[in-house]
Parts: sequence; C-alpha cells; structure tokens
Amino acid sequence: MPQDTSYTDQNFKLVGTRPRRPDGVDKVTGRAKFGADATAPGQLVGLILRSPHAHAKIRKIDTSKAEKLAGVKAVVTSADLPDLTDGDRAMLDILENCMARGRALYDGHAVAAVAAINAQTARKALKLIKVDYKVLPHVTDVDEAMKPGAPIVQDWVFTTGVEPKPNKPSNISQRNEFGHGDVEAGFAQADVIVEKSYKTEQTHQGYIEPHACLASVRPDGSGELWVTTQGHFTFRNICSSLLGMDVAKLKVTASEIGGGFGGKTHVWMEPVALALSRKANRPVKVVMSRDEVFRATGPTCSTSIDVKIGVKKNGTITAATAELRYQNGPFPAIWGMLGAMTSFACYDLKNVKSVGYDVLCNRPKVTAYRAPSAPMAAFAVESTMTLVAAEIGMDPVDFRIKNAAKEGTLASYGPTYGPIGIGPTLAAVKNHPHMKAKLGKNQGRGMACGFWFNFGGQTCTDLNIGIDGTVTLTVGTVDVGGSRASLSIIAAEELGIPYDQVQANIADTASLGFNDMTEGSRGTFSSGMATIFAARNAIEVLRERAAQMWDIPVKAVVWENGEARATGKEHGNLPVLSLKEIAAKAPRTGGPIAGHNEVVADNAGVSFASHICDVEVDPETGGTKVIRYTVIQDAGKAIHPDYVEGQFQGGAAQGIGWALNEEYIYGEDGRLQNAGFLDYRIPVCSDLPFIDTEILEIPNPNHPYGVRGVGETSIVPPLAAIGNAVSDAVGVRLNHVPMSPPRILKALDEARGS
Amino acid sequence: MPGLLVSTTVNGDAIEFVCPQDETLLDSLRDRVGLTGVKEGCGTGDCGACSITLDGRLVCSCLVLGAEANGREIETVEGLADGDKLHPLQDKFIEYAALQCGICTPGFLIAAKALLDRNPNPTVEEIRYGLAGNLCRCTGYDKIVRAVQAAAKQMRKK
Ligand code: FES
Ligand code: FES
Repeated sequence: MPQDTSYTDQNFKLVGTRPRRPDGVDKVTGRAKFGADATAPGQLVGLILRSPHAHAKIRKIDTSKAEKLAGVKAVVTSADLPDLTDGDRAMLDILENCMARGRALYDGHAVAAVAAINAQTARKALKLIKVDYKVLPHVTDVDEAMKPGAPIVQDWVFTTGVEPKPNKPSNISQRNEFGHGDVEAGFAQADVIVEKSYKTEQTHQGYIEPHACLASVRPDGSGELWVTTQGHFTFRNICSSLLGMDVAKLKVTASEIGGGFGGKTHVWMEPVALALSRKANRPVKVVMSRDEVFRATGPTCSTSIDVKIGVKKNGTITAATAELRYQNGPFPAIWGMLGAMTSFACYDLKNVKSVGYDVLCNRPKVTAYRAPSAPMAAFAVESTMTLVAAEIGMDPVDFRIKNAAKEGTLASYGPTYGPIGIGPTLAAVKNHPHMKAKLGKNQGRGMACGFWFNFGGQTCTDLNIGIDGTVTLTVGTVDVGGSRASLSIIAAEELGIPYDQVQANIADTASLGFNDMTEGSRGTFSSGMATIFAARNAIEVLRERAAQMWDIPVKAVVWENGEARATGKEHGNLPVLSLKEIAAKAPRTGGPIAGHNEVVADNAGVSFASHICDVEVDPETGGTKVIRYTVIQDAGKAIHPDYVEGQFQGGAAQGIGWALNEEYIYGEDGRLQNAGFLDYRIPVCSDLPFIDTEILEIPNPNHPYGVRGVGETSIVPPLAAIGNAVSDAVGVRLNHVPMSPPRILKALDEARGS
Repeated sequence: MPGLLVSTTVNGDAIEFVCPQDETLLDSLRDRVGLTGVKEGCGTGDCGACSITLDGRLVCSCLVLGAEANGREIETVEGLADGDKLHPLQDKFIEYAALQCGICTPGFLIAAKALLDRNPNPTVEEIRYGLAGNLCRCTGYDKIVRAVQAAAKQMRKK
C-alpha cells in the first residue's frame, strides 16, 4: 500500500524534546562495541601489505617465505580474489581498490594480506612477502593530470561527455555540464564581471575510529562479517558479489560506528578479510592503523575551480559560470559532476553554466565526505560572491538576498525548487546579533551559504509490541550520531506513549529487509518516515484487537494518546483500553502485535545553510584563529534538537579544519608525507570557540513531520565564510585552501610588496 | 622472546597478564584484560582515545608498554562509575549530548576527570586546553565543554 508522505502540520508532544539517548550509558562506560571490539573463538590477526609507490607495475609477488612462517594461516593476493564481476567495471574497480591487480595505483594500495595467530607473527610475515615492482611515472596534481602528456592512470578510460568521441585514453574520465539560459548574452549585460581561480587541497574525513572488521567464512559458503560501516546491507551486497557468495548466506552486523562522514560507505579491506578467513577457515580480524586509514581510505577530492560572475550595478546577477576540476583518485567517479551541480544551487540565475571534470590521479580512491563535492564549489562561488558585492559596493548579505533562490526557482542543476530555506537563513543572518558585534584589531567577519541535495532511499523498519506494552523499534540505518534517540521519539509520538517505553535497535542483515546506507543525511529522514508508517501500521492492529476485546466494529475504535477509545453513542461509554492492556491480551486476540514498513523515501528535501564567522589573523605568523562562529540552517523539523545542533557544530568544525589546516601533502615521489594526526592536524578543543546554532524549520512537504536531512550541509559554507573573514581581517584574498599560516604569510608579503 | 608476567591493579582489582615485551599497554588492556573501552584512534599519542591514568597520571596507553604497568595502578573508563551510579561526568555527557559516535568518549571522560581532579573549577579556556590532547571529529567540542562545565559544577556541590 503506498503511503501518503505529505507533510501535515500537527502539535507534537515529544518531537522537539531532548531526551537521553538509548545508547548513552554503554558509550560512557566503555561497554559499547565498536568495530575493533568484537572477538571470535580461534580468531586470527589479519594485516595488509601496501604499495610504497604511487604508480607501479607489479611483476611478481613471492609469498612463499611468509606462508612457511610458523603461525601464518593464510596469505592472499589478487589471485585469491578472482574477477567475478562479469564485465561490471565499477565493481571491478572496487575489487581492484581492495587488492591491487598487477598494478599499484597509489601509495598505500593493498598488494597482499596475511592472517596469523597473533600480530607479531603477522607483522613478521608481511616483511617476508617480496614484491617485484616496476615503478611507473605518476601524477598527483589535478591540473597536471589534465595536461596532454601527463602519465596516464588508467589506459581504458576515455573521456565521456565530449564531442567528438576521443580516441586516446585520458585522465579526464568525464565532463558534465549543467545550467540554463545564455551566459554570453548575460555577461554582455553585466556592469561588472569578476573572474577568479581557486584551489582546494585533499582532506580526510578523519573519523577517530579506524576501519575494523571481524570476518568469518565457513567452508559451506556461508559467513559472517562484523564491521564498522555506514551501511551493512550495502556491504553485504558488495562483499557477497565480489567473493561469489549468496547474499542471504552472508550475515553482516554493523558495530557501533566511531564516525564515518562518508568514509565508511565504501568497502576497503572487508573483502580481503573475508578472503583470508575463507582461505584459513578461521575468523579473521583486521584493524587498520591510522597510517593505513590516511593512505588507503576515503579522502575527499582536491580541486581546481574557475568562477566568473557578471552583475548589474543594482546587484542583479546577469550570468554565472564555473569550471570545476575534481581529482578522484585512480578510479572514475562522479565528484566533479556533483560539484558542478551544487555550485550555484543557492541562487536564482537567468543565465548559468557549470562544467565539471572528473580527473584521475595516483592518489587514494576518493569517497564521499559529508555533502561530497559541495564545500569546494561553495568556497569558489561564495568567495567570488563576496568579491562581486564589494565591487559594486553592496552589503554581501543583501547581495545574496537579492539573488537567492526561492520556491519556484529553476535550480542551476535542473529541478524547480519547492519551499526552501536559503532566503530565511539569509534573513536570519541579517538579523543575527553576531553581525553587529564589534571587531578588534586584525579581526574580520565573513559569511557564506551552502547547499546540499539530501537523499532518501530504500528503508525497511519493524516495530514490535512486547507483552508488557513496551515497544521494540528495529531499523536498518546505522546510527552515526543519535538517530536511535530521534527514531524512538518518533515511534513514541505516533503511538502516544512515553519515550522510555520504546527501545530502538539496529538490525543485522539477517533480521530486516534491505536498507540503504546512512549517507546523504538520510538516517532520521528515511528511517523516521518508515517508523511513522510502521507505527501507524501497528495502530491499525491495536484498533482491531481492541475492537475484538470489546466485541464492537473496528471502525468504532480510534487511537488517541496511547489508548484505544470506542466512539459513537452506542460504545462511547466503554472504558478506554491502554496499549499495555491490549498487549497483555495479544496471545489470545491473534498473536504478536507488530507494525512493519518498507518505503523508498523519495524527495528528501534540499537543505540550505548560512554561516557567519569571525577570525583573528596574526600578521606576524599568519596563524588564524576562529573567534566566533554561527550556523543557521533549515532542518525542516528538528526531532531531537541536541543532535541537530550537534550535526551543525560538527560539520562546521570539520569545515574549519579544512579551511585552515588540513591537507594531504604529497612529495615529488608521490608518497603521502603526513599520514598521521600529528602532521595532518584536525581541530582540537583549544582551536575552536563555542559554535552557536540557529535551527530554522521550513517543513519539507514530502515528509509527514516536515523533516529534512541535517547531517551534511554544515560542512559546505565554512571554507568560504573563513576565506571571506580572513580577507576582511587583513585585506588579502586567499584562493587556496587550506589557508595555512605559510599561505597567509605569503599573501600578506605579496600585498605588502605591491 | 618469552612473554612477561605483569601484576597490576586495574580499576581497583588485582590483575595479572602475560604480554610480549614490545606490546603496548593499550593492546594489553584491550586484548588481554578485556577492557575494550580503551580505544585506539592512532597508536601514536595524537588522539587521546586510549587515555587512562597510570598511578593517577593521565597517559596515552598506546605510548606505554604493557610491561611498564607492573606494580602500578591503572584507571580506565570501565572504573569510572561508582557501582550502579554513573560518575557526574558520565551523566552530564549523556545529558548534554556531548557524544555523537562516542568513540572519543572514554578518552575524554578520563582526561576530563584528570582535569577536574587537579582543578575543580576550570574556566572554559582551561577546559579547552585541558582537553586539547583528545580528538573528537563529530561534535566540534561545543557540547563536550558544556558537559564538563556542568559536571564540574555538580561535583563542587558535593
Ligand atoms: S591511540 Fe593513543 S593517542 Fe591515539
Ligand atoms: S563523538 Fe565521535 S569522535 Fe567524538
């Protein structure tokens, strides 16, 4: 039965409150089990050997000595992971990233793995594996990789999206163009045109928990995988297909997850752990080191972007273009395309064109990082927007308000917007006391906007009512930051019972239908929707059971405030039946009472945010400190405001790190030089101020409660907000992120010199 | 190389374990004593997820050898609660939503306790610098600092 997902305004009792999360006690007492915290009888330790070269042909791998070492139970190479992908190149890419197949494509690429009785033996065994490499020329910079004559990363990749069809392989895997109108005509009408180029460096999601899993494959072809992941159902599909197992025979359990931010949407060493376990016929635990996490998992793209905006003196934008070049690592992906789609999404533009290029380099395979691709595009566009405002002598907030997208705007990437939050967030910026606060010496203020699509996807949820009337809510979306609390609120709200009568759990893949990953800010949005429908489903059953207990027609029974009430002249005087009373009688009225729902939660509702930031720049050292920060974002409806604020603050902090410190530094040799938290410096407590938040609620018309995803947009504006603030503070415009002390000093020196 | 027998006190209990000479205390606690509340985020002393106290001093257990624990007293997150009563820091971390994923939480709790033991009434600045050895990637630290302030206030009342 299709459900009505449309928004209905209602008075909530629990939605919007801030109860304690159900997994809180386990997480403050050390009891919560994360990826590395599981054990199995007879488990082995798995370790992975990685390429020290950015690009090399693997002539030969000699594992014979390692295999002979006492205590070694299995050694695997790509030979143990045969290509079962049947021509599916994207799947083969995943497999090849998990284990090199004849070529190492980046520093850190896995080439072999061992399983041994303990870590000491496994480490010894890795040293005994001899790999014969022929080092090849490499390329790690996105602009270099696009030049003719650059070393070719993949000889089977020919640029798509260009005419005529190329006949030579290229590092540019695809070109995508978005927009509408006539930008040439638009620029011709402009009074002022600003054109500028930007670069952003590669950053890592930086989750504190390294990847970890415990794999156990039995000789009968069935198996289990315990893993830290954002999507255990997807991991099951991918792992079973890569290993030639039946989907139903691989049970994947999501551990508690110690941060993901997109980086745990991909398999990395999990298929290798399964292959080791299969070969050894023993459980194998693989836990990555931080060095491995940096070198071989999930960074986001480095980019190079040109933006051009034309404007009338009155502040109307007449045309805007962007060319965005995104470095994807060694496998084709869609990051440049996403960057091009998001770049001008905040604005209502007559003439707009954005062109995205996806470019291959000898760096780790790029994966999603919170609103993937949007922060870099926003850095370029929002920096330019503030420059344009200055050129025409207009306040940067007023300039954005004048051009902001609204309901009915044709978005630059195609769709026409419904009700959206960009205008209201800008109005809130305008009125915020932060904008009026006095600034001191070397201090400056900046603001910027951000957009993210949000995603819904496949969702499946169970709700079971226990004999005592308490409720077990079973969802399949991994809880990355408090969603069990939000979903319990929703179930309790629908059923009309207290919050603490609901216990939310994350099911393993054997216990519930398929769920897409927790990505695209979908956890609370989509599982929330499925929870509402599952609860409504259960209420139908509860009404039937009450009708049976009263022996009256079910249509005379309504559900209100957690109770069944008989209605009408004839039955209205019957005493109400509580959920507890109905549950107690369940065995005799038809058995267990449950609600269930499966849904493809479409129309997640786009998300907008505007940030304000004050910085102080030390002109002697180039060091920049964020001294005040405000996030204003549309949440549609905040179910548990604490965790909404938490998403706003966490995303802003990651953006601040990206803006000021974080970057992958590659040497001439193509090796990553800062694969650790000492040299890849993420913000610490003393680097940051309190991060103020303001939650706006512009209901999403396609969710019963009006919810929009909130997890990602908060990382989009900070790069530009900080760039604009630095420029306000010391009068130099930084076009290269991170704006680290050396880059700021250089800019200051150049300004002084000129 | 033969393993070493280590006799130590963990959260008030006498514990013995045998470990290889080059094993970190972090690994010994997790793999031999079974205290997986002590987390590894980096193994190089940069993230604080493995924070414990050793004879009352805050240390990264990934930078200490298991063998060095011989004859010494260790406190971990598992020993923080008083019977069935959560420590005020534990309680306020939940109340203030000071954790999202929670992987950093054990380290923060131990570091915050060490801070409040030394300085029961820290300023925001002192809290921020006192916890600067612990990384949290989820929260932006805002709610962590507020939870520590609230716990400090409650602990001063007693
Ligand atoms: S694991 Fe010890 S400081 Fe990170
Ligand atoms: S709550 Fe996730 S790292 Fe701190």
